[in-house]
Amino acid sequence: MGYPHPSHPKETPVLSKYFGDAEARTFDGWVKRGGYEGLRKALAMGPEAVIEEIKASGLRGRGGAGFPTGMKWSFMPKGDGKPHYLVCNADESEPGTFKDREIMRWTPHGLIEGCAVGAMAIGAERCYIYIRGEFTEPWRIMSKAVEEAYANGALGANVFGSGRRIDITLHRGAGAYICGEETAMMNSIEGRRGNPRIKPPFPAQAGLFAMPTTINNVETLAATPHILVHGAAWYKGLCLSNPKSTGTKLVSVCGHVLRPGNYEITMGTPMRELLYDMCGGMRPGRTLKAVIPGGSSVPIMTAEEAESALMDYEGLVEKGSMLGSAGMIVMDDTTDMVYQIWRLAKFYAHESCAQCTQCREGTAWTTRVMERILAGKGKEADFQLLLDLADNMTGKTICVLSDSCAAPVVSGIQKFRGEFEAYMSGARQPSLAGV
Amino acid sequence: MAEELVNVTIDGAVVSVPKGTTIIEAAKQAGVLVPHYCYHPSLPSPAVCRMCLVEVEKAPKLMPACVTTVAEGQVVHVNSATAKKARQGVLEFLLINHPLDCPICDQSGECELQDYVFQEGRAGTRYAEYAKRYNPVEDFGPDVLYVANRCILCTRCVRFMDDVAQTPVLNVSERGDRAYIGISPEQTLDHPWSGNVVDLCPVGSLISKDFLHKARAWDLDKAPSVCPGCTQGCNISIETRDDVVVRLRPRPNMDVNRHFMCDYGRLDYRWLNRGDRIEAPLVREQGRHAAVDWDVALDRLGAMLRDTAGAAVILASGRASVESLGLVRRLVDRFDVTAAVKVPIGDEAPLAGIPDLALRPERVPNLHGAELLGYTRNWEAAVRKAMAASIVIILDADLSAEDAAALATAAGQVVVLGTVADEWLRSAALVLPITNMAEENGTYVNRDLRAQRYQQAKSQPGMARPAWWVAGEVLAGPGPDGDAPSTAAEAFALIADRVPAFGGLAHGELGFGGRTLRAAEVAR
Amino acid sequence: MSLKTEQVSAHAGHDDAPHEPVFSGERLARLERMYAEYPTKQALLLPALWMIQEARGWISEAAIGEVAAVLGLTPAYVKGVVTFYTMYHTHPVGRHFIQVCTTSPCGLCGAEDTMRALLQHTGCGELGATSPDGRFTVIEVECLGACGFATPVLIDDDFIESVTPETVPALLEGYR
Repeated sequence: MGYPHPSHPKETPVLSKYFGDAEARTFDGWVKRGGYEGLRKALAMGPEAVIEEIKASGLRGRGGAGFPTGMKWSFMPKGDGKPHYLVCNADESEPGTFKDREIMRWTPHGLIEGCAVGAMAIGAERCYIYIRGEFTEPWRIMSKAVEEAYANGALGANVFGSGRRIDITLHRGAGAYICGEETAMMNSIEGRRGNPRIKPPFPAQAGLFAMPTTINNVETLAATPHILVHGAAWYKGLCLSNPKSTGTKLVSVCGHVLRPGNYEITMGTPMRELLYDMCGGMRPGRTLKAVIPGGSSVPIMTAEEAESALMDYEGLVEKGSMLGSAGMIVMDDTTDMVYQIWRLAKFYAHESCAQCTQCREGTAWTTRVMERILAGKGKEADFQLLLDLADNMTGKTICVLSDSCAAPVVSGIQKFRGEFEAYMSGARQPSLAGV
Repeated sequence: MAEELVNVTIDGAVVSVPKGTTIIEAAKQAGVLVPHYCYHPSLPSPAVCRMCLVEVEKAPKLMPACVTTVAEGQVVHVNSATAKKARQGVLEFLLINHPLDCPICDQSGECELQDYVFQEGRAGTRYAEYAKRYNPVEDFGPDVLYVANRCILCTRCVRFMDDVAQTPVLNVSERGDRAYIGISPEQTLDHPWSGNVVDLCPVGSLISKDFLHKARAWDLDKAPSVCPGCTQGCNISIETRDDVVVRLRPRPNMDVNRHFMCDYGRLDYRWLNRGDRIEAPLVREQGRHAAVDWDVALDRLGAMLRDTAGAAVILASGRASVESLGLVRRLVDRFDVTAAVKVPIGDEAPLAGIPDLALRPERVPNLHGAELLGYTRNWEAAVRKAMAASIVIILDADLSAEDAAALATAAGQVVVLGTVADEWLRSAALVLPITNMAEENGTYVNRDLRAQRYQQAKSQPGMARPAWWVAGEVLAGPGPDGDAPSTAAEAFALIADRVPAFGGLAHGELGFGGRTLRAAEVAR
Repeated sequence: MSLKTEQVSAHAGHDDAPHEPVFSGERLARLERMYAEYPTKQALLLPALWMIQEARGWISEAAIGEVAAVLGLTPAYVKGVVTFYTMYHTHPVGRHFIQVCTTSPCGLCGAEDTMRALLQHTGCGELGATSPDGRFTVIEVECLGACGFATPVLIDDDFIESVTPETVPALLEGYR
């Protein structure tokens, strides 16, 4: 469902089928809608079979990295005797992305079911769902749903009489985008500053509390029961383009479209269908200028690139960008690209954890250069400076926050250089006061 | 024990290192320094400064050398264009908020930021039009000031307090470019080993109040030495300016103190600079002291020893060297000898994260050397014995007022080999000026029976000589044919000849890190 | 876990007043029940800090000392964690704490106008300041994860979507 709008015919409602349906939030309501069948099936199949089925489905991480989920689960050691952990990443802080929130507030049991499937597949008895601190409504709804799940035997010492224990703990974040990075999230759960860790060691070897851990996004986990119920072949068949990108994706469309919201599309759907058919296109009298398709951490696409792109992992890479979390920010011709790039740089500077020199200083410096340009004091040399900074900030740090800051800057200069030049030449009036 | 070795090429040099070695350590063996800040061999590696990024052939990205372990056949380029550009980038980023404090910063001249920027940084700034971030200076505690603006957030200080001192009293506060090193208001940096954070800080952010604005690094002369504070025997460097000791710093010794020394030892050096020294040999005649030449004094001492018999007592300082203690003891071989060393006691203060490293209760460096040479710790008994002894030799001991008053009325002759001019010395028959440990070469034996050399750091004042020289001259007798030792090494050889514990050992074999005496030769 | 902030006056927890322990009675029992869900006490730090903020409205130095003692950590360590996470207040704030998102997706949809309207109608005048009547504090925050419902605003624990300058006055009426 293109919540808050009714589903568009071109959508493929799987995860979003019950968005807006208040009864789906309750345990009984969820069961009535076929809920917990996936978990029951998983318990009957056993971990190895479940992992094989998820592998076969082609499900890839929906939080941004797109790593094959079944393969990730298979990295967990077997028979090592150590406690395993599943962490559900509900930190959703990537600008433009707002899908996990909907999954939690409309289908909380769907997420609980997915977490339980994931936990049993990787041999974990406890799953931590890390919910960002600002998500107060999802927190309340998930808390209630977890209580219900325990009361009805879907969680606890003996899940649905299977003899398996699965526990879920909700862990509340406190305002840090960087905690969405999987290793930073583990540090945050452990009661530390949310600093990303160096890899190796990888989470599957030594993760949360130094134990084997898998971290998955909300959307990824929520998809797993559906795959088990309808079969890997079904999920694999939901594919309009590249066979490596299967299933559905919740795309969060925001910015300058008539109907912003979440749209669940089959992988490979053309972006122009999403923009113009499902979202209703531009506001009256306006034309598309740019799209940032994957949350703000990916290269900006021009209108031409966007209108010819297919929405899947490979399709967007082909156009020089990435699918990422599919938080799609749409910008029309009223947009001041320089201003938006500044505001994104400011976001990254605010969220940097401060460990790596390039990120800590580079995000702030980039922001300041952009401010000067917006204040009318920019000069030609600033182009080389910004590109140099971006190059120094890419591929050199513990995590990719600094790369993410560089991406809109580099693509912005490449594709919208004229707008920068307008500020520099004075053709455009300053939009920020002095720096 | 066969260790699996790995062959790796670093900047063209092939080295073989044990499996599990990091690239940064392997590079040291290849003679290549990988520039770094946050890495330190005695701290856990967080790989946050990003200075040590090196190019590894076939790896898709630059790798941090401090946490990447070597692999067979790996080819590493530390100084390739890509690696250098990355480093230059890090340096540029570090400098944008770093204040231009060099003219007033204590670290200048021994600053790793200066060093690397000079070596490979950009010639000019591209940040001129922007304001630098400002945080006020913080007083962290007894000896440490935190100049927040200079901090490069390498977090060595935080990791030292967390993991080595195991007292998490420092933190990183805030986030992003607002971050700084914080301390909780209720806590203070008074851990007995906290001064090490000043050494660890690569820049002038954490600085010593004791050393504040005292001397420029390039004016300092440095001598490898051993801390005279306790029996741990931490290796140190005595740093002087114009013949005055201005600072003590630890010297790395992986077997004794790794990279650290405690604050007690670090800050207790002022006694090395005391000016109230005995300036010349003094002979007591007709109720007063007369200054004489060394010839006269040595002759007098020789005569005293020849013409007396019976009981002799040596009251020695625990700071006296093996050479001095050994040869002075030999002076009274003919006598019935009681020899004791004074051992002041304090509280032990371990450095929790390093095994066998602590500020020891016995606050003297050479207690164990003294014991091997026939001295005991029974100080009070020795003082009592001294009252009736024929000859009493005071080897730079720091006497209490009571002991001094008592010895002033001793029956026998009192000979003082001393450094500081004390009132009570007026009653001594012979007062000979000797050097303190900063003014001579010598050897100490620590609590682990490790013999370690210390080297002269500043000039001998006045007519002072090492105590071993005094004893050696007297033992050799007057005249040009005597074979008195003229160096500490020769004095040590004389000891090694006769004392089983030092069996056959030579100064040259002790090197800069010392050597444990072989247990079998140690006579208890 | 209840999120409703027990309402306290803007002046509660003033530094001069002696610190009343937060973790006693029912709250301590609640914290202790959570120990079973984590293998270390350190992991209880974020939940414990939330409990302090629920109880007192902000996290004082004394509270930092208290939670450090309860969990076996040092005050410096706890402070390092508190200052990392921007949702924890280290000083008293207005009775109602308003967070408005202005990151690009919302910025494209008028978030800055909404922010200015909030500053004006609350009487705060500038970001981070508390209104003269002690009722409100407004801050600008980064992406709140509701980009399709611009502009989202968090007031205390209430997440309100699609706020515009026009709807601001009526919205604020509900928060006395």
